Amino acid sequence: MVDDNALRETVLEYVKNEYLDDDDDRGVGPDSPLISSGIVDSFSMVSLKTFLERKYKISIPDAKATPEAFDTVNKIVKLVKEFV
Amino acid sequence: MSNIVSYEERIKSFSWDAAKAELGLKDGQPFNIGALCSDRICALGLGAKTALIWEGSEGKERRFSYDEIRVLSNTFAAGLRGMGIVPGDRVCLFMDKIPELYIGAIGILKLGAIAQPLFSAFMQDSLITRLADAETRAIFTTTRHVRKVRKILKDLPKLEKVIVLDAEGFQLGEREVAFSMDSAPRVESFEPFPAGPETPSLLHYTSGTTGKPKGAQHVHGSILSQYLTTKWVLDVQPDDIYWCTADPGWVTGTSYGIIGPWVTGSTQAVLDAGFSSSRWYEFIQKHRVTMWYSAPTAIRMLMKEGTELVRKFDLSCLRHLCSVGEPLNAEAVLWSKEAFGKPFYDTFWQTETGAIMIANYPGMEVKPGSMGKPFPGITATVLDLKERQPLSKPGTVGLIAFKPGWPSMFRTYWRNEATYKSKIVNGWYISGDRASIDEDGYFWFVGRDDDVINTAGHLVGPFEIESALLQHPAVAESAAVGKPDPVNMEVVKAFVALKPGFEGKENLDLEIMNFIRKKLSPLAMPQEIEFVKSLPKTRSGKIMRRMLRAKEWGEPIGDTSTLDDEG
Repeated sequence: MVDDNALRETVLEYVKNEYLDDDDDRGVGPDSPLISSGIVDSFSMVSLKTFLERKYKISIPDAKATPEAFDTVNKIVKLVKEFV
Repeated sequence: MSNIVSYEERIKSFSWDAAKAELGLKDGQPFNIGALCSDRICALGLGAKTALIWEGSEGKERRFSYDEIRVLSNTFAAGLRGMGIVPGDRVCLFMDKIPELYIGAIGILKLGAIAQPLFSAFMQDSLITRLADAETRAIFTTTRHVRKVRKILKDLPKLEKVIVLDAEGFQLGEREVAFSMDSAPRVESFEPFPAGPETPSLLHYTSGTTGKPKGAQHVHGSILSQYLTTKWVLDVQPDDIYWCTADPGWVTGTSYGIIGPWVTGSTQAVLDAGFSSSRWYEFIQKHRVTMWYSAPTAIRMLMKEGTELVRKFDLSCLRHLCSVGEPLNAEAVLWSKEAFGKPFYDTFWQTETGAIMIANYPGMEVKPGSMGKPFPGITATVLDLKERQPLSKPGTVGLIAFKPGWPSMFRTYWRNEATYKSKIVNGWYISGDRASIDEDGYFWFVGRDDDVINTAGHLVGPFEIESALLQHPAVAESAAVGKPDPVNMEVVKAFVALKPGFEGKENLDLEIMNFIRKKLSPLAMPQEIEFVKSLPKTRSGKIMRRMLRAKEWGEPIGDTSTLDDEG
């Protein structure tokens, strides 16, 4: 069983490290919009999805990997939990 | 009734002079796209009409009348002049889809400078290639994107001004100046640069198979094509609320996201937010969008969410739908009929053509999956793949080609006349795409004729990706090809041979994917990396991308006689 908080922290850290520049002052929290704000786009989503699938040894079907499902860290946590 | 009324009748009596007359242009007299899109509309008594409805990602909304577009674009033009920018200088626009992007472009054109919009998701390597090649003198940007410019500034000696549009409270750096559209003193009157049909207007960079991206140079005379195609293909009418989803960093976003709607005096809506099906439907419903110009990838992403989501919104306002960027598959046309009660009409054109060349027209029978027929005044054909002569037998696949001379045709590649000339063969402009023509004159898209990757309607050059891949410490050699994708048509796949000692490193593919995303752009990021021992090469050492691509597409590999046995 994956701990919610640990999962949330992992996703948040990955997003901050990979999608924000070191000097980017936009704060990203668990409910910050990622897709609709342009921090992550549908192309960048692929590397995030690959990271999650490997980290949690899951497979997220393409039909479920929608921009809506990836729009916030909390939504991503909910999606990942469906498959772990 | 549609603007075109009858495609057949328009073909019979067509002359570009009709567009000149409607725009009040006279031979030998100067004109200017910027003024035609703003001053002229106000002079027609439409100054109070809404020109732009803008909505940001957080829901903030702004509206601008034509008179405000006129005055604010004057303000941009005068501001640039005050900074020493002169006609012919390249001025880049590098920002999200904020109002300043649209209005600033009009200001640059009014000054007679050359507008060079660049996609805001471009990262430093993509930026430097395009800014260095164009010898850009000034760039408009925002605090969000200026960091990327700072990182490459030392390599851009010709870039004199970095103009930050939201600099209040921001510590400006080297060569940076502040300019706020909202607080700059408004300039009521500005004499637009007296351009002619051949005066350069815009520079849009596009990717090829080899070499760096090339700047397709457009001219003020392109307005005739953009005006008529907006009216006859997109069928934009006086009471329409028009929404073009393209980013002005790409040619669709300027020809039909700035120039087309404003030269026709329409009201356009812009959503500056990342893709979300529900947000898009909400936007259409809220602003009562009537004419929607989008792209097959977006339509296929909407299809993934199904018609159930569509039913939650009142989209009865939609009157006419068009699509561009890549072939619109028959399933998407049929789905849009089910979802919206009307089909998407496919249109075909390129960065180089400047305006729509082949299309499905209102009132014309749509053959789902077909590109449609040539726009009136455009001579289009398919050429034999070897002899480069027009094919007459219906259904034969050849190269899509156009007879040069239409108003919006690019005039050259920026400082690359040789490549421009290579595109004109036997008196035809060769598009680089393959198609066939059926017995009714409809064009049917087949695919690219080169190695350029069309992902989500954007062309990505393999050379640019391979050059960036080689900068990763683990990569010895690489090849980038397009692989089929159900949503984006193609996505980038990279074949990589590693340097000794890197084999088996955990998550190395993910690391390389993110490396490319951060260097070039998310579009250029390989969605898959296959590690190989070596790449197939000719005896002269050239990587045979077509073999790798053919494998991905399940096509015959073709002639391998030049293949190096060691490859």
